Amino acid sequence: MQDYRWTVFQTRFHGRGGQGVVTAAELLSVAAFRAGRHAQAFPSFGSERTGAPVVSYCRIDDRHIRSREPVVVPDALIIQDATLLHQTDVFAGLSDDGYILINSSADIHELGIGDLIAGRDPWHVITVPATAIAMRHLGRPLPNLVLLGGFSALTGLVGLADVEAAAAERFSGKVLEGNCAAAQEAFDIVVAGRAGGLGPTDRKVADA
Amino acid sequence: MRKQIEGSRAVAEAVALARPEVICAYPISPQTHIVEALSAIVKSGELQPCEYVNVESEFAAMSVAIGASAAGARAYTATASQGLLFMVEAVYNASGLGLPIVMTVANRAIGAPINIWNDHSDSMSQRDSGWIQLFAQDNQEALDLHIQAFKLAEEVSLPVMVCMDGFILTHAVEEVEMPDQGTVDEFLPPFEPRQVLDPAEPVSIGAMVGPEAFMEVRYLAHRRQMDALDVIPRIAEEYGQLTGRVRDGLVSHYRLDDAEVVVVALGSVLGTLQDTADLLRELGLKVGVLGITSFRPFPLDSVRAALASVSSVIVLEKALAVGIGGIVTNNVRTALAGLTIPVRTVIAGLGGRPILVESLATMIRGADDLEELTFLDLRTDLVERELERSRTTRKSGPTAENLLRDVGAVGDPHSVRMAR
Repeated sequence: MQDYRWTVFQTRFHGRGGQGVVTAAELLSVAAFRAGRHAQAFPSFGSERTGAPVVSYCRIDDRHIRSREPVVVPDALIIQDATLLHQTDVFAGLSDDGYILINSSADIHELGIGDLIAGRDPWHVITVPATAIAMRHLGRPLPNLVLLGGFSALTGLVGLADVEAAAAERFSGKVLEGNCAAAQEAFDIVVAGRAGGLGPTDRKVADA
Repeated sequence: MRKQIEGSRAVAEAVALARPEVICAYPISPQTHIVEALSAIVKSGELQPCEYVNVESEFAAMSVAIGASAAGARAYTATASQGLLFMVEAVYNASGLGLPIVMTVANRAIGAPINIWNDHSDSMSQRDSGWIQLFAQDNQEALDLHIQAFKLAEEVSLPVMVCMDGFILTHAVEEVEMPDQGTVDEFLPPFEPRQVLDPAEPVSIGAMVGPEAFMEVRYLAHRRQMDALDVIPRIAEEYGQLTGRVRDGLVSHYRLDDAEVVVVALGSVLGTLQDTADLLRELGLKVGVLGITSFRPFPLDSVRAALASVSSVIVLEKALAVGIGGIVTNNVRTALAGLTIPVRTVIAGLGGRPILVESLATMIRGADDLEELTFLDLRTDLVERELERSRTTRKSGPTAENLLRDVGAVGDPHSVRMAR
């Protein structure tokens, strides 16, 4: 057995209490499970107040996942709330070629995080207007599945069909339809390069 | 059936498969999702006959469980932390009366200072209560242990506490294999009580016992726990035959065969330790991990057999016996009596402090130089600042709040006043 950190793909979610950060990690783990992978999602053990910064994690691997340590060296970040970018050290530990997906209608330059992402692969850092897309499809600011649609396109780690299968375990009827349409739209935006571009499939995932 | 679900949900479904007839619980983090899910299952009608009793406190929860069990019902409850402390008198009564109640403890620290996160202080406080205590290392084991706990409890007529790490397991979404109802029914026969309160054949349970027989009642409780050392592996074996998941029941071995340094631990940290052992073995260190599944009864022989030929033992504990240090350590030392293997205690993860592979690896690599008692990732800067404060100021104020100010978690009231 080799060091688990060589094969696992670790995603860290940043949001605010009430935005569904924990649910987002859970949905990604279910999508990965549906794709035949092993997955583990868990919340951070910090403050749980509405509006307070909240972190959750998802590990995906091709073997049984045993470690319970929080994700300290993420391969990807999903940032649900761009106002966190200047408040907390959301990039801490991110691997050099890691992915960054930010929920924002602004582009990377407008967010003023040029210094924070200097030297990173520009194709790995994108924004998707997930809340706006969710409002259009669902009438409510629920960006989770939209972001996972974008994440699917960005990383190739899980397929859009897996994301939709995860959504179907939690939602039904119009809410499910809306979420799937919204996830598809985010997926298409990223694939079309309208969100800042599509990076190559992550080396570790391709090797796994 | 293979599922990707939250640990709490997995445990709730497993408990329902065991067909409890009375469930009574008072919600407390991080146990809440378990009893929420169970109340929904009962309300849906899929678990029948079962009464879900909403109680007004944990003391009532255990009292209802006692009453239900004495009346011949299979009874279940769940709690954590202060909730467990609040029911303690009844906890001792349940075991003293020999009632086979099953209780989940979603392990959480005990206040003050109030803290909702994980450690083992709550279960450890009840280690001498007469309950059997089983610790789960992942959610698969948590659900499997719950199903086995009912059979074990009813076979030896003792209550069983299934301990699972709060948040780390209860709130983790991961893959589990859920047995079907037919398998569980085959494994777990209906509850046949040794004693039952029945108006048709009146008996009394819970009489006062004086010096003439009290020692003997206690001794018999101990004997039953010693008997459980044989029953636990047999039940684990039977369960393994039906489900394909064979575990020892008492302990779990990981890369022990040629191990020189072995870390002993309970609960979810075992997974992190196993990954750490792999990492260190790549560097040439012969590290193994011994998990203790059954903490009460304590498997002295299994622990001795596993550790007798190693050169160094580290007991990693998620609870602290203030004034002495390790709790599990003392039990491990008893198991190794007469051998000259150094046994060191490392206290880790108190109040939810993350236990990192990096920290564990550094600690294990320096095993030979460890003090008898070490605190993993202790922030000595914070400790020193508070010690300095109490040395230099008589009215140094409340410790917890001082430390929170030092780490910047709350504002300094003095600086706020100055700013105004």
